[in-house]
Amino acid sequence: MSANELPVTGGPAAEPLHPSIHGDGPGGQDHGGEGVWARAWRTLRKNPVAIIGAVIVAVFVLVAVLAPVLAPYGGSELPGRAEVRPTMIPGPSAEYPLGLDRYGGDVLSKLIWGAQASLLIGVLSTLFGLTGGLLLGLLAGWFGKSVDFAIMRLVDLMLSVPSLLLAVSIAAIAGQSSMAVIVAIGVVQIPIFARLLRGSMLAQKGQDYVLAASALGLTRRSVTMSHVLPNSVGPVIVQATLSLATAVIEAAALSFLGLGGGEPSTAEWGRMLTAAQQELAVAPRLAILPGICIAVTALGFTLVGESLREALDPRNRTRR
Amino acid sequence: MLRLIVQRLLLLIPLLLGLSILLFGWVRALPGGPVQAMLGERYTPEAAAEIEAEMGLDQPLPVQYGKYLLRLIQGDFGTSLQSGRPVLDEFITRFPATIELTIVALVFAIGIGIPLGYVAARRSGSIIDHSAVVVSLIGVTVPVFFLAFILKYIFAVELGWFPTTGRQSATMIATHPTNFYVLDGLLTAEWDAAWDALMHLILPGIALGTIPLAIVARMTRAAVSEVQNADYVRTARAKGIKPARLRSEHILKNAMLPVVTTIGLQVGLLLSGAVLTETVFAFSGIGSFLANSVFRADYPVMQGFILLIAVVYALVNLIVDVSYGLIDPRLRRQQ
Repeated sequence: MSANELPVTGGPAAEPLHPSIHGDGPGGQDHGGEGVWARAWRTLRKNPVAIIGAVIVAVFVLVAVLAPVLAPYGGSELPGRAEVRPTMIPGPSAEYPLGLDRYGGDVLSKLIWGAQASLLIGVLSTLFGLTGGLLLGLLAGWFGKSVDFAIMRLVDLMLSVPSLLLAVSIAAIAGQSSMAVIVAIGVVQIPIFARLLRGSMLAQKGQDYVLAASALGLTRRSVTMSHVLPNSVGPVIVQATLSLATAVIEAAALSFLGLGGGEPSTAEWGRMLTAAQQELAVAPRLAILPGICIAVTALGFTLVGESLREALDPRNRTRR
Repeated sequence: MLRLIVQRLLLLIPLLLGLSILLFGWVRALPGGPVQAMLGERYTPEAAAEIEAEMGLDQPLPVQYGKYLLRLIQGDFGTSLQSGRPVLDEFITRFPATIELTIVALVFAIGIGIPLGYVAARRSGSIIDHSAVVVSLIGVTVPVFFLAFILKYIFAVELGWFPTTGRQSATMIATHPTNFYVLDGLLTAEWDAAWDALMHLILPGIALGTIPLAIVARMTRAAVSEVQNADYVRTARAKGIKPARLRSEHILKNAMLPVVTTIGLQVGLLLSGAVLTETVFAFSGIGSFLANSVFRADYPVMQGFILLIAVVYALVNLIVDVSYGLIDPRLRRQQ
């Protein structure tokens, strides 16, 4: 019925969960014979906001994947090195459509390679946070009681530090590399996912169908994995989509603070923005272009995430 | 009410203990270990041996932690590597600047966010409604330091309406009894100094306030749309209550509860954002100092500031929780 439509709703983060959603039992099914995800997909297709978001995300992913083909120069190449003077940074020309930066890098190429860097950081860090958060949330939701208490206090602890500071302190331990940035942003997301999944699982646990399954003599493992969990992942998947937007922004913030390692001329949006700070009065385009790239990408993921949230919200179900 | 406050303050203790354990472990996990972290560039084997003896690094971890905790309780948060001054002093001198900035950001966010969200909900589908949606999208998708760049470029560099950096013009001679520059100017009747300090707060305040503005506008819009269709509002209207009173007493007051929660939660975001905004505007609050500490690997400052910021964050949320009682009498009775 809807298996072929599924991959679109969740994105890469949701894939491992699909088999269980449509696995056994009434878990992933809704009344009326139509799956929650199939209905969400149908709502999304009709929502112009979701389509705009999806188009932005698709363009961004295409540019990132096709960077080697699209970019006129390599990510670390500085083709215009000889043309840049401390007092003069050449603007757009036939050879360099968006001009050069202070290092002599081609801005267009760097923006394109920057998309790839952002996509990698965004997806990997969200996967990291999602995996960690799902594990913690699942443990808490599964065992309850003292395990739940211990995990939730850890989550409270992590949330008591403003997110950027938490990311900065983790990046300080993990060292100067882009991997450190991925881990730092990922760890910051763990408590959010954990709390979300736990809350969602607790809400499902009291539902009649779960009681019915338990009454039928199903083991706790099978009730949790095939009934409670599949019905609890909706909000988590929405959050994962929104997290992709925050990850792109936070990655830029961390590299603005000098974390992440590599050359100052690295083709990464946050890094380009940092370097442009000194030339704000001379060449504002150097700051504006990467800034717009970050904002538009974040906008794309936000629009998709928000529309998905709306489509999955049971309160909106009557609005067929 | 008092019982609630005491209860919440007691709950802070385990949180801070947990955080101190994490930060204690954090310093030990740093590349090069705690000695390297404490000494930074001044690292020599002799200095390292001295620090090691002083910190008792040869002792078992629980003993080391106990000593660290004892120092914390005595207000000793270590010494900054950049300035050589105690971390707590650095925090106390700079905190007023960040408070001033945060207040301006919150005034901007609440002052525009609540009316915008309210009108958007009342005139659903109007231009104001659409612009509220656009504003809240801009707020959550534009990186705060990029926004700070742009504001600085347009209004300070190009138009010259506002100063580009700092807390007060270098030419301004003023006394600072409290370190709140605007307040200082008012207290000492140095009006031009107060005005100058206020002008320095506007652009960073707007940059910092944009994300909270987006979130407050959005929450207000959602809360008002829900409340305005509630049965008691319909009943009140049917009873012929004056529209002004209906708006203020019935709709706005009831819609404010989730909005106040949201505002409390923004404080963490504001403190994160202050690190970036203060850096762009070279505004000497705790944020820019912390950013410098990251640049220069000043770990004692990072360790101490994170703990102190967590305390501030927790206290603000405590105040927010207590203020529910003032807004919602139902909660007052339960307490």
